[in-house]
Amino acid sequence: MADPVLSGPASPSSQKPDSAALYRTVRLIRRFEERAVELVHAGQVFGGIHPYTGQEAVAAGTCAALRPDDLITSTHRGHGHVLAKGADPARMMAEIAGRTTGLNAGRGGSMHAADFGIGILGANAIVGAAAPIATGAAWAARRAGSDRVVLTYFGDGAVSQGVVLETFNLAALWRAPVVFVCENNGFATTTRTDDAVAGSITGRAEAFGIPAARVDGMDPEEVFAAADTAIARARRSEGPTLLECVTYRYDAHHTWEHAARPRYRSAEEVDLGRSRDPLEIQGARLPEARRGQIDAEIEAVLEEAVRFALDSPHPDPATALDHLYADGTQARAGVA
Amino acid sequence: MTILSYLKALNRAIADEMERDPAVCVFGEDVRAAVTNVTAGLVKRFGDARVLDMPISEQAFTGIATGAAMSGMRPLIEYQIPALLFLAFEQIVNQAHKFSLMTGGQVSVPVTYLIPSSGSRDGWAGQHSDHPYSLFAHIGVKTAVPATPADAYGLLATAIRDDDPVVVFAPAGAMGRREDVELSLLAPVPLGVARVHRPGTDVTVVAVGHLVHTALEVADELAETVDVEVFDPRTLHPFDWQGLAESLERTGRLVVIDDSNRSCGIGGEILATAAEEMRLVAPPKRVTRPDGAVLPFAEGLDRALQPTREQLRTAIQAVVKSGGAR
Ligand SMILES: Cc1ncc(C[n+]2csc(CCOP(=O)(O)OP(=O)(O)O)c2C)c(N)n1
Repeated sequence: MADPVLSGPASPSSQKPDSAALYRTVRLIRRFEERAVELVHAGQVFGGIHPYTGQEAVAAGTCAALRPDDLITSTHRGHGHVLAKGADPARMMAEIAGRTTGLNAGRGGSMHAADFGIGILGANAIVGAAAPIATGAAWAARRAGSDRVVLTYFGDGAVSQGVVLETFNLAALWRAPVVFVCENNGFATTTRTDDAVAGSITGRAEAFGIPAARVDGMDPEEVFAAADTAIARARRSEGPTLLECVTYRYDAHHTWEHAARPRYRSAEEVDLGRSRDPLEIQGARLPEARRGQIDAEIEAVLEEAVRFALDSPHPDPATALDHLYADGTQARAGVA
Repeated sequence: MTILSYLKALNRAIADEMERDPAVCVFGEDVRAAVTNVTAGLVKRFGDARVLDMPISEQAFTGIATGAAMSGMRPLIEYQIPALLFLAFEQIVNQAHKFSLMTGGQVSVPVTYLIPSSGSRDGWAGQHSDHPYSLFAHIGVKTAVPATPADAYGLLATAIRDDDPVVVFAPAGAMGRREDVELSLLAPVPLGVARVHRPGTDVTVVAVGHLVHTALEVADELAETVDVEVFDPRTLHPFDWQGLAESLERTGRLVVIDDSNRSCGIGGEILATAAEEMRLVAPPKRVTRPDGAVLPFAEGLDRALQPTREQLRTAIQAVVKSGGAR
């Protein structure tokens, strides 16, 4: 995927989106998640995953507006972000299958995928916890004289975490080059956003003097344009922006739902939510033949990713505490 | 007799206490839809004024429970994952736990903190697999870790009735247990009273939570050669030191199996107290997680850091061989 590079100050959006590249990323994430769910059902993933299906436009649109040396943090529902930032799908698949060839050598799994080499500071299993980490990275980047930007994803559920609001304050005070991307997919597990959030999400940021916008999170190009503006602002050291990307979670909160089936939304509601599909919205912008070509490419990439993951070795249990400490300090075993 | 599952026992204890005392209410994330199943049916039966879905604001709703408890309510909080206790730690240990003493006994804080599926759950990796009961015992918050459905019922009911904050850990490894019980005989189980699941004469194995079942299996395996007493403390704070002393009077030998990290875990406290105050004829041993364990994702790695039955068997055999005569 081509990662367009920002040139010079930009306000508002200065880049043209690469429609084919955006489609390719959306398609990659969609098919990755579908293949990953298959692996979960086949018992190849220890535990399960939080599928990102339906929300692809957010990851694709935002990451396309980043420079390769920019940074992101991600969430428990993080496969899309990690892939859009450029992680190798085969190594990502190997990670969720718990293999030594995975991004984290099988130590992190679905909720902790990280690739620091390409600016992915890690998915995070604690709601809201990555926002301050992203802001710290943004502050450090400025201190180091770099114009890198950090983009941090979180769900609508995370705006109820105190630490996120504390971070808004500090990021605003310091004009930290961070972009807060809130993916409002309508739910935190079974809890509707409206039942958990008083006032508005954008209003929270605005209270700290942080510009905020509500964006159509189903349209990759809309997301791209909004992200591009926010990123350019951060790069110019004008401070953080919040983007509330309104989207819809197509699949389960977590794959355990496929068996447990808690009732919190009707089939009609899900159908309505699925009626706007980022894959179709972006696909319609390409000639049919081009779309077919990309689809075929993606199928091959994922076929290879699944093969690579399942052919890779399981880690040796004797290495379970490897990397616990940076300096190799050895922990005592559980039995003397 | 009825087959009672551990999960249903928790659910039943909450429902019975809500029925008995209108001050009992439930706070938590997705407790109305009951994603953990622990709160299944409660909103239908008791209404949404007593079963409150919370935003993802653990610090706030934990503190809100404290304030409500000081004002006549008896909240039970369900945390979806053990790590949420770290977020709420200040509100539990520095607020709820300290008010009674700091106010010269003017107020008590009857809140129950319930963690269904504590410890390792398949595939939930580093940030969702801790088993932090020793932290609370160390701080001195009342801490229960039931091993069986009947004890899950009894300890949770007691926790709700207790006038102090009580943390109840329901280990993931015990949630699937089932037991034949007489429902009418289910009753509160007092804090600080251990249960000997299997009497024995050669060695006392203290096992915490789900590891009680591991200990019972190992005791059966070794039955030909070693007579193992399986001692389930049920509550870690207060701890039934007298019961342990009586057990060691009989056996004189001690092995602890505990899903805490080794350093400063409850296993260390049990060994130290036994060494200081009780009858031991051989050096004791403990089987725990390693120091500072962070559970890695892959199944083989996750399992490698949890106490195993093989380790327990080896430890029992070593302790039985060493030391003086009984
Ligand atoms: C601080 C914290 N509380 C609770 C949880 C359990 N949990 C995991 S995901 C989730 C819902 C998150 O909702 P949202 O932030 O909207 O993201 P989404 O799952 O919709 O992508 C909850 C409650 C957690 N991981 N961290």
